Amino acid sequence: MDYLLTEEQQMLKDLARQIAEERIKPIRAQLDEEETFPWDIMAALAQADLCGTIIPEEYGGLGLGCLENCLVLEALAEGCVGVATTYAASFLGAYPLLLFGSEEQKQRYLPPLAKGEALSAFALTEPQAGSDAGAIQATAVKDGDFYVLNGTKQWITNAGEARFNTVIALTDRSKGARGASAFLVERSDPGVSFGKKEKKMGIRASVTREVILEDCRIPKDRLIGKEGLGFIVTMRTLDLARPGAGALAVGLAQSALDEAASFAKERHQFGVSIFSFQAVQHLLADMATKLEAARALVYAVARFIDSKPKDFSKEGAMAKLFPTDMAMAVTVDAVQVMGGHGYMREYPVEKMMRDAKILQIFEGTNQIMRNIIGLALNKEYSKKK
Amino acid sequence: MLRIIVCIKQVPETQEVRLDPVTHTLKREGVKAMINPFDLYALEEGLRVKEARGGKVTVLSMGPPQAEEALREALGFGADAAVLLSDRAFAGADTWATSLTLARAIEKLGGADLIFCGKQAIDGDTAQVGPEIAEHLNIPYVAWARKLTFNADDLLKVERLLDHGYDAVEVELPALITVVKEINEPRLPSFKAKLRAKKEPIPVWGLGDLGLPPEEVGLAGSFTQVVKVFPPPARGTSETWTGPPAELAARLWQRLQSLGPSVVFRK
Repeated sequence: MDYLLTEEQQMLKDLARQIAEERIKPIRAQLDEEETFPWDIMAALAQADLCGTIIPEEYGGLGLGCLENCLVLEALAEGCVGVATTYAASFLGAYPLLLFGSEEQKQRYLPPLAKGEALSAFALTEPQAGSDAGAIQATAVKDGDFYVLNGTKQWITNAGEARFNTVIALTDRSKGARGASAFLVERSDPGVSFGKKEKKMGIRASVTREVILEDCRIPKDRLIGKEGLGFIVTMRTLDLARPGAGALAVGLAQSALDEAASFAKERHQFGVSIFSFQAVQHLLADMATKLEAARALVYAVARFIDSKPKDFSKEGAMAKLFPTDMAMAVTVDAVQVMGGHGYMREYPVEKMMRDAKILQIFEGTNQIMRNIIGLALNKEYSKKK
Repeated sequence: MLRIIVCIKQVPETQEVRLDPVTHTLKREGVKAMINPFDLYALEEGLRVKEARGGKVTVLSMGPPQAEEALREALGFGADAAVLLSDRAFAGADTWATSLTLARAIEKLGGADLIFCGKQAIDGDTAQVGPEIAEHLNIPYVAWARKLTFNADDLLKVERLLDHGYDAVEVELPALITVVKEINEPRLPSFKAKLRAKKEPIPVWGLGDLGLPPEEVGLAGSFTQVVKVFPPPARGTSETWTGPPAELAARLWQRLQSLGPSVVFRK
């Protein structure tokens, strides 16, 4: 379907798709099998100028918007969601800076990201604080010109590989969520270490580790915004990132549909191609319809976000919820269409099905997405009375 | 500041080559085109030399007006400038007339320190144009380069790929180098370069711009001419059957039997 992209947007998507075809697809099974971090692909993305899509031009980026970011993520996810997650997670670490960073902080941290010389990570989740992000226990205590951070962040994408992490920690425990603040913590700062690489079901090219802070002493100018803004930084960051998760789902589902449909054309049973069976056609028809609906939603919300609305939590959540549930369903059905072949690692759809699951979990579970949408609806309908 | 020129050719995408049954020439209209794959390696090497030693990379191509797309694509990889040589008078050129036209354009550009070409084009497969350009310009050339090393600012060590191993030669600049795929891994296009490439003016030079007499270019300036192009004769007819193996085997057996006594079966 034609989404009336501009020539520039189409060029961007085509370039990302070229990278997916030429650099990602040929090695995705190997990256998955060996759980290798895709540094070579990150270098290729950097060389193609794709590491700075959302970073303003004054910091070396392309200065593009949410829609362009989604187009790139979608195209990369057609290749491998593990690789695309690595790429996307770096922006997750950068959003707090883009939204609330000081000029000095932006000057220092954004250009290496835009050039692709460095990655970043966003460190919020803790062992006792997942969906309940307000339950974080990491602390940051001011000590003269420094802050001293203590705590453990869990399941942090890119941790250990990223040059800096945006860490959310409590500067005032008595205020709960309102006492949280956001800090830039560099990989090489004293008191920073990383846990072992987690073994995951899917997105195995991406790396997930603990960030351990033990008396981590950082200069006070690493605070993003001001004290107590941590939770707002987090919410605004995730609002912006969620259509990106939806875009990953769209790319993944497109790839699964392509695999299943081409397979169905080739595979013969009962003397004919299985594509000719209505039972298979109906599966494919549902997959294609849900996929197109998800893509339309992601693009629409991304365009809405690019129009700079004041609040888009509900729309952001919708653009994550529907596409990621869709990708799970579509990848399960892709395996079903391909039968035993689909279940074998020789074909890419079993990996797609494993990769799809995380999309319903990370960046806020889909249950939390429904809470956000429900909360917004409740507010809207209260006003109307 | 090295003046680097990379010569590229737009060729049909390999799977889509069709011949015009009347004129016996390649059908180019409506056929997807691409940069000759070997030329991408030539371009990459030009860009690498520029990045390592400073300079300017200009891409040059002779072809129909649509060859401009190939030049824009080359700019998208990071080339600095592009020139298209296009004129009805250039049509039908053999390798001699083509290389003469390219050589005159290189002179018009003010000459070059290094000229890169792919080892050959995948449509004509002659591998002649590169070396001929060097002959017209009266500069040395090294064909089939798989590795370049600068021994001095104007002295290049070149490893030439041979059937069994390689040999190493030294060549003084200015020189022309044709490259094989072993020399590098071409980069991806970059988004910023592609944006620039969209707007970059690409001059089109014709016969008048190059100061060449009409009888030295195109078909008129060619010593050779394609008289006939033909696909190898088909070896009988073939059919493709699909279906379950047992069914196919039975069908095949029936067919072989129906072919009669010319087919002999022995245990």
